Amino acid sequence: MEFTLKNFIFYGFALMTVASALLVVTVRNIVHAAFSLMVTLFGVAGLYVFLQADFLAATQVIVYVGGILVLILFGVMMTSGRLEMRVHIERGQLLLGGIVSLALLTLLLTVIANTPAWKNLTDDGTELAPTTERIGELILNGPFLLPFEVVSVLLLVALIGAALISRKEVRE
Amino acid sequence: MTLQHYLVISAILFTLGIFAVLTRRNAISILMGIELILNSCNLNFAAFSRFMTPPEDISGQIIAIFGIVLAAAEAAVFLAIILAIYREFGSIRPDEVDTLKG
Repeated sequence: MEFTLKNFIFYGFALMTVASALLVVTVRNIVHAAFSLMVTLFGVAGLYVFLQADFLAATQVIVYVGGILVLILFGVMMTSGRLEMRVHIERGQLLLGGIVSLALLTLLLTVIANTPAWKNLTDDGTELAPTTERIGELILNGPFLLPFEVVSVLLLVALIGAALISRKEVRE
Repeated sequence: MTLQHYLVISAILFTLGIFAVLTRRNAISILMGIELILNSCNLNFAAFSRFMTPPEDISGQIIAIFGIVLAAAEAAVFLAIILAIYREFGSIRPDEVDTLKG
């Protein structure tokens, strides 16, 4: 593989994603873990850009970084006293979890390396037109209309449910 | 870049997410692990959509967008439940929430 600027940036994003994800699961301070998660989410958005998925990348940044991460930070602030900022980990669990995860990773990598249909599929470098318009067509005027409506109802239900569950109970 | 590059990154993210869910004793850390897993899924959808289908077919990206929406709904409900548990038990360590345990 030739060493071009594009490859260099791709490997930069890949390294950023993997390294910060590793930090998310190893760092003891939960606020630091949340900020590492932000770097991971930005890295995945960068990988979406390399997959010519511009709308998906923008959605990833807006919803994950702008929404879910802020939600997680609020959760940390509202539930952790100064003592609970450090994540407690038990050694036996660490060992077992590590073994299970390593076995899973080995399995996945073996499958990825050996599946014939997935081999030698290189990016031909064709530049796609911006996908936003086509996504809008497919969602609002195409096969994805029903799932879109179902998801919007699901979001409403989740919103009401979250507000109901987390409110203070009023006892008469 | 080949399809396998993306699949390897996604596999690593997935495994790290599983590791976080298995080892962390804090509900919010577990939520972060779940977010990593969902991200690896969405990355796989987008990668397969790019490499295995004709370029004008972007269904995989739309599935990934639905995945992001589901992740947002899941995070909201998860944190609401965590808040309720914290109010009830004063802790969000999952092994201390054992009222149903006989």
